[in-house]
Amino acid sequence: MMKFHRNGLAKMYLNSIFTNPERLERLLDIAQSSFLPLLEGAIQYTIPLTLISFTIGLMLATLTALARISTVKLFQNIARIYVSIIRGTPLLVQLSILFYGLPTVGITLEPFTAAILGFSLNVGAYASEVIRAAILSIPKGQWEAANTIGMSYSQSLKRIILPQASRVSIPPLSNTFISLVKDTSLASFILVTEMFRRAQEIAAFNYEFLLLYAQAGLIYWVLCFLLSLVQGRLEHRFDRYVSRA
Amino acid sequence: MIEINNLHKSFGSLEVLKGIDLHVEKGQAVVVIGPSGSGKTTFLRCLNILETPTAGTVTIDDHKADFSKPLPKKQITEFRKQSAMVFQHYNLFPHMTALENVMEGPVTVQKISKEAARKKAEELLAKVGLKEKMNEYPFQLSGGQQQRVGIARALALEPKVMLFDEPTSALDPELVGEVLQVMKDLALEGMTMVVVTHEMRFAKGVADEVLFMDEGRIVERGTPKDIFENPKEERTQQFLSLIQKADTI
Repeated sequence: MMKFHRNGLAKMYLNSIFTNPERLERLLDIAQSSFLPLLEGAIQYTIPLTLISFTIGLMLATLTALARISTVKLFQNIARIYVSIIRGTPLLVQLSILFYGLPTVGITLEPFTAAILGFSLNVGAYASEVIRAAILSIPKGQWEAANTIGMSYSQSLKRIILPQASRVSIPPLSNTFISLVKDTSLASFILVTEMFRRAQEIAAFNYEFLLLYAQAGLIYWVLCFLLSLVQGRLEHRFDRYVSRA
Repeated sequence: MIEINNLHKSFGSLEVLKGIDLHVEKGQAVVVIGPSGSGKTTFLRCLNILETPTAGTVTIDDHKADFSKPLPKKQITEFRKQSAMVFQHYNLFPHMTALENVMEGPVTVQKISKEAARKKAEELLAKVGLKEKMNEYPFQLSGGQQQRVGIARALALEPKVMLFDEPTSALDPELVGEVLQVMKDLALEGMTMVVVTHEMRFAKGVADEVLFMDEGRIVERGTPKDIFENPKEERTQQFLSLIQKADTI
């Protein structure tokens, strides 16, 4: 019964588009007029949110990874607890705590600030495991070779270990990055007028939910597709010193 | 040049070095031989503090390291600069070309200008016969070529002592000669060297002194002639006869 009902509606929707020129025209009009606001939402919020959070998140992740592999128990434990909390709670809950929860204890954050904070902490935790694994995958002999030519710990890390570790971590970090692009849609929940929230707002006004959400989805997809092209180029660039035999 | 007193190293309850004493004059080449597990590699690594000895002192030139107490990081870095290590598996930096590998120490550690470091690196690569390969990445080089880059990289820091840890053990037999030749040239130039190796011919031809190590101790020491032609200790005799036997199979 339900199935029939749904099929009926889908048929009606399609019929209305193809048999009713006015309906089709209205949809095209809306699609056209909502495209710029959506794109604006992407350029103004989605993309900056992604870029800023990923940058801060990567720095946080590197620090966390170094803390995890350090010999100082205290650092190890702080890093472990941080990763455990962030990975063990939903991102939506984290954002809600930052934006709706913290005012209770007197800390009020702007929506954008709260979003940046939330996403950075999230990337920091997830990417730290990637970076930790990548650092540990570099043979011990590389550290020793760096030591024997007189490098300090930080010089070895900067010049020898991290450049090699970044090659290994490009595919998994690209995953994190692409997830982040899509996760920024959750910022709509804490009132950031990023792309998805724009879609919601426009749809609430004209009731064309399917059209608006599909349109937003399409733009996310294009963004992610472009990123996967960048990933491919990066991988190629970093592969120049690896035998392809 | 090198003065080692009562050097001990344990890994947990396993005592690998049981009190090593050694004196090496400037310009001498010392070759360390011995069965695997005898502690010879660990001994060599202790001289560059890639392993931290449990007790004893090592003096290279006028830098003394006393391992009875933990050394501050700065002193370790300073002490390491006195010597440079050539590894069994080369351990070149794979993300840098041959030239960049050799330049890395002078530029990053000694803060020498890039042009000066480049010039020096080119000279060193020419010296080990690899000038035309200087822009290749390690994966594009044969094992013997990689090891020669490894030697050039170590030399770039102008260490007072060169340490070789089985530098030809990972090489195909036909590539061993080119590496040994470079090492022999170095010895003839008067570089102070400590070499752990299984290449007995190199030991016979180049060493000023040969040490035979077993079970964490120097069992016997002497000129190549003493050790190879007239070994006094039973364990040295056993070891050498085993090696000779392998050669005749």
